[in-house]
Amino acid sequence: MAVTKMFGASVKRREDSRMMTGRAEYTDDVRLTHTLHMCIVRSPYAHARIKSIDTSAAKSMPGVVAVYTGEDLKDDLGQVPCAWLIPDCNLKVPEYRAVAIDKVRFVGDQVAVVVAEDRYQAEDAADAVSVDYEPLDVVTNQEDALQDGAPQLYDDVPNNLAFQWKIGGGDFDAAFASADVKISQRFVNHRLIANAIETRGATVEYNPGSGRLTAWITSQNPHIHRFLISGATGIPETDIRIISTDVGGGFGSKIPTYAGEMLACAIARKLGAQVKWMETRRENYVTNAHGRDHIDYVDVAASKDGVVSGIRVNSFANHGAYLSTAAPGVPTWLFGTMLSGAYKIPNIDCTVNGVLTNTTTTDAYRGAGRPEATYILERVMDLVAHETGLDPVEVRRRNFIQPHEFPYTVATTLEYDSGNYEEALNQALQTVGYEDFRREQEQARAEGRLLGIGFSTYVEVCGLAPSAAAGAMGFQGGLWESSTVRMHPTGKVTAFTGASPHGQGEETTFAQLIADELGVPFHDIEIVHSDTDRIPFGWGTYGSRTTAVGGSAMVYASRRIIDKARRFAAHMLEVSVDDIDFNDGIFSVKGSPEQSKTIQDVCLAAYLAWDLPEGEHPGLEESYFFDPTNFTFPFGTHICIVEIEPDTGQIEIKRYVAVDDLGNVINPMIVDGQIHGGITQGIAQALYEYAVYDESGQLLTGSMMDYCVPKFHHVPTFELGRTVTPTPVNPMGLKGAGETGTIASTPAVVNAIIDALRPLGVKHVDMPFTSERVWNVIQERKGS
Amino acid sequence: MYPTDFDYHRPESVSDAVKLLKENPEAKVLAGGHSLLPVMKLRLAMPTALIDITRLSELSGVREDGDAVVIGANTTYSELMASDVIKQKLPFLVDAADQVGDVQVRNVGTIGGACAHCDPAADFPAIVLALDAEIKTVGSSGEQTHKASDFFVDMFTPRLEPDEVITEIRLPNVADIASATYQKFAHPASGYAIVGVAGVRTSGGDVRLTVTGSVPITTRLTAAEGEISGKDLNEANIKAAADKAGEGLDFVGDIHASDQYRAHLTRVFTRRALEKLAG
Ligand SMILES: Cc1cc2nc3c(=O)[nH]c(=O)nc-3n(C[C@H](O)[C@H](O)[C@H](O)COP(=O)(O)OP(=O)(O)OC[C@H]3O[C@@H](n4cnc5c(N)ncnc54)[C@H](O)[C@@H]3O)c2cc1C
Repeated sequence: MAVTKMFGASVKRREDSRMMTGRAEYTDDVRLTHTLHMCIVRSPYAHARIKSIDTSAAKSMPGVVAVYTGEDLKDDLGQVPCAWLIPDCNLKVPEYRAVAIDKVRFVGDQVAVVVAEDRYQAEDAADAVSVDYEPLDVVTNQEDALQDGAPQLYDDVPNNLAFQWKIGGGDFDAAFASADVKISQRFVNHRLIANAIETRGATVEYNPGSGRLTAWITSQNPHIHRFLISGATGIPETDIRIISTDVGGGFGSKIPTYAGEMLACAIARKLGAQVKWMETRRENYVTNAHGRDHIDYVDVAASKDGVVSGIRVNSFANHGAYLSTAAPGVPTWLFGTMLSGAYKIPNIDCTVNGVLTNTTTTDAYRGAGRPEATYILERVMDLVAHETGLDPVEVRRRNFIQPHEFPYTVATTLEYDSGNYEEALNQALQTVGYEDFRREQEQARAEGRLLGIGFSTYVEVCGLAPSAAAGAMGFQGGLWESSTVRMHPTGKVTAFTGASPHGQGEETTFAQLIADELGVPFHDIEIVHSDTDRIPFGWGTYGSRTTAVGGSAMVYASRRIIDKARRFAAHMLEVSVDDIDFNDGIFSVKGSPEQSKTIQDVCLAAYLAWDLPEGEHPGLEESYFFDPTNFTFPFGTHICIVEIEPDTGQIEIKRYVAVDDLGNVINPMIVDGQIHGGITQGIAQALYEYAVYDESGQLLTGSMMDYCVPKFHHVPTFELGRTVTPTPVNPMGLKGAGETGTIASTPAVVNAIIDALRPLGVKHVDMPFTSERVWNVIQERKGS
Repeated sequence: MYPTDFDYHRPESVSDAVKLLKENPEAKVLAGGHSLLPVMKLRLAMPTALIDITRLSELSGVREDGDAVVIGANTTYSELMASDVIKQKLPFLVDAADQVGDVQVRNVGTIGGACAHCDPAADFPAIVLALDAEIKTVGSSGEQTHKASDFFVDMFTPRLEPDEVITEIRLPNVADIASATYQKFAHPASGYAIVGVAGVRTSGGDVRLTVTGSVPITTRLTAAEGEISGKDLNEANIKAAADKAGEGLDFVGDIHASDQYRAHLTRVFTRRALEKLAG
């Protein structure tokens, strides 16, 4: 039976039929009998002392089963965990109680929990919980929070500074002192809100008879959730089952373990009952971990020829009121290490100040740290071009790491696996027709039109692993993945992964990998993930790691299957193992291909076990734990062309070209989808999405009516291209595709806008480029 | 996102609806629900009962009545766009309605609901006002007809008693309309108007201009109207009129758009509306 090669084929996503027809099972779709409904009473104040809580009225309302304050749950639940304890930076992890006891620190902080027979009763009773607050002064901005006299969130975190972290290499001061061109610029990388279609929630079942707790939680990493909920509740890991098979989007916001799901688990156990908690969209906005929120002071040393010799970054990261699960690692390790980008910058000096404020927490958000670093570098390249009078493309070329220099170790100690930055750049320039565009632009400018082009020649770090690096970075976990591949007697395959796909399409791409490795039909392969009772341990999905790490584990487990099956085939064909060829699911004798067995024949024989080869055991099932030796480093060039309407300041993206190098690609259609979504999210940061808190700590952009999640008409048609530079760190030679679009696109758009405004003498303006902001810039410049 | 408890009634006639409203002073009329239900979910409105009028055929349909076009209160944006009467007599309304929300909103939201709600950023109050419409209501004290200019009192405040139902919106003298347009600068998140300008020019050269989004409640741009009415719609005259758009008005401002920016956009979109009216 001939099997065509699946690697590289745009196979349609098999998960879509259930998702598009409403047959997926999201957390809220799980219906258990006799379920109680939990609702959280949240603080309306950003900073206040809780003087007293009166739950008596709520307790006497119809259907109410229980009302708990923080004091009531003290013994049931430990702290909301922070699990990325970055070393050598005087890290202070403040106490984060799932339900506040004497103080609230952001609007939305938990102050009480109501459990009732239905959701409406729970909501009504939550309204009836009366809390007496003493409001305290509020600080929401990280620079303000560090000032003398600023409101203090904690007694034991002086100046609200949770850590000060440093990384670097070379001697920036010397480079700066001797540089021809010195640039200093402050950048604001504003706060964003992840908008998964499915808000967070948990449906929890506790069986007092067996002591087992089953929780359907919308999570990107069910094993990490199991681990941390076990730690917080004291329920043994083995008695907890977390199921997150269908997750309606994450973008990083479903990595952390939050108070909500912890409470649902603790209360289900306390009441010996089924408990459902689903947050509202409003709760999702005010309490989920937000993204970005950096203020960066950047100094650059460069030569007259545009060669950058050094960069210094002093960064202020707003962490919100508490340190969320992965929070400290995001603006530090995932940011500071990437400050060389695609460029040879020998002198780097980076300091990151992690600051606590009266806002909801921040944590990983698609790209996590890398978009912040890329934004700085790509703006810096344009600023260097501006100062030296060189073309921004030429400046990039002069600073690129060259293809023959890989593996290349940057000043921040990362070793880049492989790359060919100029090739991607050239392809993108050709697609866009760069020289023609500059001519067109010249003419447009002569007519008073504001037309601009922007580049982003990014590199990013993906495939998060190896575990030794995780340990060195203080990540309280490993970063390997494991897989079990089980062939059934009929030759069908079930493959289990510890990674946790939640929309990225790995039920399809992983089956493609196995189809090629085992030579069995694609439709005979089932991928099982995200149910801790069924799957082997895994660390989940983030950092564009699922395929690079989890897919690799699956490939290696499949190869173990073939090794064993080959020995069985040799036995069945009565030749030595070395004389067996394996192609497209068929074991044959070298030189006489008519003597053959299909893998299905061999599999059945292995299960019947009537006639085993000497020393062999029955069955065909293998596992593999894969811990790569390095990260992967995808790269590419994104080019954006914009035109600004001078009347209104409105920006139109006229073209968007992206040439990405992700190494080898399993399913081009799925990868294109990831790129489209990623670019859209990055464009949205530049133009549409921004979170705003007022001075009292109220989130003013607390709904989709105020916070602009981009719609179809907000983005142009994307012109995608690819170059292929395989990575040596995994067997497929692929790098990762989940975040590149987001990382690359924001600076490409911003650079294009600044280029469009250049005739007005504009060098830098901070995002987001709302029409009003652009119009204001035009007015100011025209006036001056 | 969970409303408080309420009763639900589906009367068989407008007069029954009025009776139910009289009996339940804290009740609200439910039309498309696209404005009412969101505020109930946020518990910003907590009516004790909803009187669902969506199936009252008395309130549906678009028809001609002599020189006028009459739009039943229950007419949805989509029905309006599909109406042959509208396509023939007021084709600009097809394009205007197409600018409201998205397809789901247009399929369910009603013109009567839009007028009753008086959202300061809604599109149709400005359009109805520019068309010099009459709004017909029925209540326990009988039938009334209001000029649109009297009806939109203030933000979320129509000239409507709690026991009154809007039955129809009457657009008079449509044959006298030489050209009409609606120009909108939509908020990227909500799709509502940051600024919307409606313009109508009569065959006699009179121009009516109204604005929504940038002001607390839709209003006529009288200074601009005075400047342009009866004049040739050439570039210089249009500019002079647009420069006066918003004169004497107080503009609203928020995190999305300041009052100054809205004032500016009012002038820009008045100019664009006048350019459209010029053809
Ligand atoms: C996502 C979204 C986007 C939207 N975008 C836009 C937009 O771009 N532009 C725009 O203008 N609007 C927009 N809307 C609002 C939409 O047009 C509303 O549907 C409309 O304004 C109200 O009509 P309704 O039939 O839904 O009224 P309902 O929500 O049912 O009622 C609104 C109010 O009017 C009262 N009411 C309704 N009908 C009558 C009647 N016949 N007599 C007396 N009182 C009545 C109700 O009691 C209630 O107080 C949007 C809405 C949504 C949800």
